[in-house]
Amino acid sequence: MILEIRDVVKYFNGFSALSDVGMDIEEKKIHALIGPNGAGKTTLFNLISGMYDVTRGEIRFKGARIDGVKPYLRTKLGIGRTFQIVRLFGFMTVLENVMLGSHCKTKAGLLKTFFRFSIREPQEEKATRENAMRWLEFVGLPHQANEIASNLPHADQRLVEIARALALEPDLLLLDEPASGMNPKETEELNSVISKINQMGKTVFLIEHNMELVMGISHVISVLNFGGKIAEGTPAEIQGNSEVIEAYLGKR
Amino acid sequence: MDYLISVATIAGIYIIMALSFYMVFMTGQISLGQAGFMAIGAYVSAICSVKWGIPYVPAVLIGGIFSGIVGLVLGLPALRIKGIYLLLLTLGFGEIVRVVAINLKYTGAAEGFPGIPYQKHTLLYAYGMVVILIIFFSRLRRSRMGRAFQAVGSDEDAAEIIGVNIISAKLLAFSVGAFMAGVGGGIFAHYQEYVEPLMFDVMHAIEFLVFAIFGGIQIFWGPIFGALVLTFVPEFLRVIQEWRMELYGALLIVMMIVRPQGVIGLDTVQTLNRLFRNGLGKGGAESPQAM
Repeated sequence: MILEIRDVVKYFNGFSALSDVGMDIEEKKIHALIGPNGAGKTTLFNLISGMYDVTRGEIRFKGARIDGVKPYLRTKLGIGRTFQIVRLFGFMTVLENVMLGSHCKTKAGLLKTFFRFSIREPQEEKATRENAMRWLEFVGLPHQANEIASNLPHADQRLVEIARALALEPDLLLLDEPASGMNPKETEELNSVISKINQMGKTVFLIEHNMELVMGISHVISVLNFGGKIAEGTPAEIQGNSEVIEAYLGKR
Repeated sequence: MDYLISVATIAGIYIIMALSFYMVFMTGQISLGQAGFMAIGAYVSAICSVKWGIPYVPAVLIGGIFSGIVGLVLGLPALRIKGIYLLLLTLGFGEIVRVVAINLKYTGAAEGFPGIPYQKHTLLYAYGMVVILIIFFSRLRRSRMGRAFQAVGSDEDAAEIIGVNIISAKLLAFSVGAFMAGVGGGIFAHYQEYVEPLMFDVMHAIEFLVFAIFGGIQIFWGPIFGALVLTFVPEFLRVIQEWRMELYGALLIVMMIVRPQGVIGLDTVQTLNRLFRNGLGKGGAESPQAM
């Protein structure tokens, strides 16, 4: 198990957002998290990446507890993520955004940046740039490298966010509704990008509402409803689960 | 001619100050304390020169370093607050520095601190510092830390999630900005030969902010341009006498309506780059991260 979530509880001012959620994310799998709006999916992601702290419970990454660890250190351990609402750094170029992805894996500080005699690009900077360029090619956007990030179409911004997370070379990639706002053709491309990521041996944990995408690529699906896990299994098992159908469509 | 040189010298010092504001602003922190840091640099370097006989360059540097250390200390409480509250905190800090200077007998209290050795090459030193800062900022723009600063400035939470240690980024920016302001203060003190607390009141801190915002805060050329123009324009407008400050004010209002991002934006730099490249006949192909 690359990620273990044990009895996680999260309260917001007395309101329970997640209650006793447990989940195991197996290595090198694509694991999907689905559920109606407000079920607590993004909250769970935020607990994993460290945006919020758990109220109770444990989160383990590669066997070591990460709840309570600062967000940027969790990233350094190898957890990359994207956001439900795209959060690129608007005034920076696409390439700079992706280069930021490997920030915590590189070292150059202020003094080293300033005090150098050569006007040539420092070794580390060059490596960072080439690495970022490679991931931009991977998501199919090398031609947009020097564009200001906020000028890109929405679907492309989502792909840049994925490239930024990949530049970290994460072992676990959290994707929060990657297909939202994408048309069918863009979703198709996204589908192949996610499959390729998984083929490289990375674990993907994603939240998604697009059932065609979810059922098509996931190995395992967990379903959340009202802050609790109501089902887990293969796509076929989930599709036939009466509790899941009820959560989505209501009682027959 | 002498007059022009003196305006140019002051403009150079103001460029340093506007850049010190920009340095802090890069990480999304707005500081009205830059005049306070300038005062620290001015007083400390003056003490070094007058009381201890330390030569000009090290005296100014010591002033800057001292100011940078104070910046680091002030940066700690500043970490927890944002926006308008940070503005108030830094404003309060500037006032504290000024009041301390008013009461400190050692540096002449309210009457001021006279007898600072005059540096007749201040113009050279000031613009030398500006050149150093230009090199610094252009290297910073294409560096790991520079990108981190900008990321923190644009979306702090996202920056932390993708792996930036925002606490050290903000502290560092605050401290380096304070260092720059301190150096500006030291150069200023040795040009005026005399410093008094009034020279560093909050109005001046606001002025540095205006230089930066007017010139543009997307890239470091903005504050440089803003400080130059806004120092020279009122001088040239002296011919229209009492109307000049009205015109200055009107200029600011019009600018903020027409171009809220400031005169120099990223688009300006990209356009100039393109023109420059085409002019050299190399045409279209843009290098990565065009400056």
